[in-house]
Amino acid sequence: MFAFIARRLGSGALLLLVISTIAYFLMFFSTSNVAMNILGEDASPEAIIAKQQELGLDKPILERFWGWLTHAVTGDFGTSWFTNEEIIKTIFNRLPVTMTLVIGAILIAAVLATVLGMTAAVKGGAIDRLVQFLAVAGFAVPNFVVAIFLVTLFAINFALLPATGWVPIQDDPAQWFLSLILPTSALVISTVASAAQQIRSAIKAVLEKDWVRTLRSRGIPQREILFKHVLRSAAPSGLTVLSLQFVGMLGGAVIIESIFALPGIGQLAVESTSKGDTPVVMGVVVYTVVIVIVVNLVVDLVNGWLNPKVRV
Amino acid sequence: MSTSTAAATHGSAIVRKSLFKRLVANPMGATTGVFLLLVVIIAFIAPLIAGFDPAATDTNNLMTAPGGAHLLGTDSAGRDVLARIFFGAQTTLISAVLVVVTSIAIGVPTGLVAGYYGGKFDGIASWIANMLMSLPSIIVLLAVRAALGPSIFVSMVVFGILIAPGFYRLTRTAVMSVRNELYVDAAKVSGLSDVRIIAKHIFTVVRAPIVIQAAMISGIAISIQSGLEFLGLGDSSMISWGVMLNEGFRNIFVNPLLVLWPGIVISLTIGSFALFGNAMRDALEDSQKISAKNKKRSDASAAASFAVAETEVPADADKHLLTVGHLSVGYPQGDGSLKKVVSDVSFFVDKGEVLGIVGESGSGKSQTAFSILGLLPSNAKIASGHILFEGSELVSATEGAISQQAMTQFRGKRIAYIPQEPMSNLDPSFTIGYQLVRPMTEVLGISKKEAKARAIGLLETVGINNPERVFKSYPHEVSGGMAQRVLIAGAVSCEPDLLIADEPTTALDVTVQAEVLDLLRDLQKRLGMGMVLVTHNFGVVADLADRVVVMQYGRVVETGDVRSILRNPQEEYTQVLLSSMLEGKTPMTMLTGNAKEQ
Repeated sequence: MFAFIARRLGSGALLLLVISTIAYFLMFFSTSNVAMNILGEDASPEAIIAKQQELGLDKPILERFWGWLTHAVTGDFGTSWFTNEEIIKTIFNRLPVTMTLVIGAILIAAVLATVLGMTAAVKGGAIDRLVQFLAVAGFAVPNFVVAIFLVTLFAINFALLPATGWVPIQDDPAQWFLSLILPTSALVISTVASAAQQIRSAIKAVLEKDWVRTLRSRGIPQREILFKHVLRSAAPSGLTVLSLQFVGMLGGAVIIESIFALPGIGQLAVESTSKGDTPVVMGVVVYTVVIVIVVNLVVDLVNGWLNPKVRV
Repeated sequence: MSTSTAAATHGSAIVRKSLFKRLVANPMGATTGVFLLLVVIIAFIAPLIAGFDPAATDTNNLMTAPGGAHLLGTDSAGRDVLARIFFGAQTTLISAVLVVVTSIAIGVPTGLVAGYYGGKFDGIASWIANMLMSLPSIIVLLAVRAALGPSIFVSMVVFGILIAPGFYRLTRTAVMSVRNELYVDAAKVSGLSDVRIIAKHIFTVVRAPIVIQAAMISGIAISIQSGLEFLGLGDSSMISWGVMLNEGFRNIFVNPLLVLWPGIVISLTIGSFALFGNAMRDALEDSQKISAKNKKRSDASAAASFAVAETEVPADADKHLLTVGHLSVGYPQGDGSLKKVVSDVSFFVDKGEVLGIVGESGSGKSQTAFSILGLLPSNAKIASGHILFEGSELVSATEGAISQQAMTQFRGKRIAYIPQEPMSNLDPSFTIGYQLVRPMTEVLGISKKEAKARAIGLLETVGINNPERVFKSYPHEVSGGMAQRVLIAGAVSCEPDLLIADEPTTALDVTVQAEVLDLLRDLQKRLGMGMVLVTHNFGVVADLADRVVVMQYGRVVETGDVRSILRNPQEEYTQVLLSSMLEGKTPMTMLTGNAKEQ
């Protein structure tokens, strides 16, 4: 077990290194106008050169990368070129917004998808076809179109919910909750159907196992077979599906946060990439990759724990 | 949206020939195909049919309502919405093509090589594929945009790289599944170069799934492309549906219609790609079923004549432990007919008696056994007949399907089941102990402690040396022979009156077979159970059974006392079965006569 975690963490570290190297060298192409962008169009050439020196842009790329890397491994991602804010602080300020959104959405989607997928697999018929149809519809309508639709309907037409904005929970829990409903729904709606369809296939595959028939022959109630045995065996596939959906939601959050003006990591990603704020972009990339690695590791560990053949 | 890799392994010439026809015949395929074709045509002839310059602003006509000269109205700069939709199709399609071409160009060749040669290249390529798949593509694309500028086409090429693992995995899996096929071996032996083999034999196999995957990825590409533009991260001077959404959303409080039109065309186009891909997959799968279907049809017409026939409840049913009368079981086919697997089967089992059901695979013997247990697959139908247990009805044709509710009071308690394949009949996630204890607490209503003591005793009875250890073990920790003993222990744990054993020794080693048969005979005698023993092996029947039912093609061929059938089979089929199964050997029962002495 320990060796497994160590191996996975090692592979994750390698992945992180490869990605951040590629990202850093890509960002090199975008640094030519940064000084002018920071100082404004009418900055003097001397001021621009001074700024470039201040940012270290006059140094060779390898030296800059080495400097960034040696600091990054200690957790120091430097400061934003534009706001001088510490990047680690900025990310931790914005993390709660994104995580509330994404974790809330994945939990709701997981429950809904399991219920829908289970019902479709067991009952078949109309509900099965409905899930299949919804899966295509969910694939066809991108999450931002869903979000626009929700805003138009609930914020503009009925004026029930706030269209944009974020209220911290400590300021006003009720408003916090209301401001989360639409963005969370948008993420859930665009993922739940395809997750349900995949969970349906996983459950169907388990239902065809011989031991399900044998358990029934022993007089075990159908409900117990479904919820204790079948769900347990389908859990690894289900968790893998949900972990992929979670990574997808991290991407989806970028768009959703923009639409609803939520001050999360996604919005930070959009702002920093359009300005060319290299240190912030690098911080966001590293943060994302770390989350992806951690989620995959956790899912693998849970799946290993669920499988008695692997469990130690 | 995942594409079926199962389709990958079949890609014969016949499939290709009529795939187009079947695709058009499928309403979903035809509709979405026509829609996509329309989008392509519009993209090409947009300058001819638009009527307006999509970039021409008109400050006198800002955000006009639909109708009049501007069919869909104008946007916030007075530009014609319909013209922009038409021209936007160009951007959309170019984006989809860029993504698909890039990802195929990278994914397919690497997948072919990795699947065909395996080894180090496979390891590295798969690691990279996993890495790319695990990244949220939007965030990568944002970083790329910061680095390489706002051109949506550059972003689409990069997205093609990010999504190439989809094609890589598909191709790799398909190639691996055919790499060791005989015809590929034959090609190797005949001296074809690897390149020729890949090009000729293997590429044919992966072509169809690649086309299906391409349709799906086109949809994803459009979604990503319009998403980026909607975020304002594309080139805003471009005319595209995503840019229109972005502009419309900024004016959503003024005129929500401006997001409606691009939203609709985007969703319709992506949905069409997805459904078109599905239709294509269905068409491929159908073509594989066609030969089988034609065969079924002739059977079905014969079956239709006696679908759901009312039969008399057997009169002397309460005298026997189990009575099966005129039982027919069938599976509904696509054309509304019923494919019968069991036809008009009648027999009975008395208390303490062993009935052997003998036949080749496909003779309907297992289906008969499952219908007694009420464990037929959910799509099976009871077309006629009755199954009675001590005179009370378990199953009848009037209900068509089996009432699970009615069965629960019998399963485990009165009727128990021993399956064929021991390893696949224990839930791998639960201990053997749990799987023995739980039915007893449910059926007998005894405490867990009591049930555990009984379970340990049972494990001892079925000849397991270390019952405590096996009790705590998971199924994968015991051997096949031991697992079958565990299943037998489970079957007799609630002391049933009737045991249904479906090929109980077939999956076991020859040496273990004899022991398990001894155990079964011993338990059956000791508990005085009636038993239905389903087997293809006359040796097993001779060893255990009192009476025999011989089945073929779902019908009873011959039935009678085991000795008379073995000594003097009346039907030709029974003779054939006997001579083929006891080839060169004289049945031991007939010589020694010691197995059946009653």
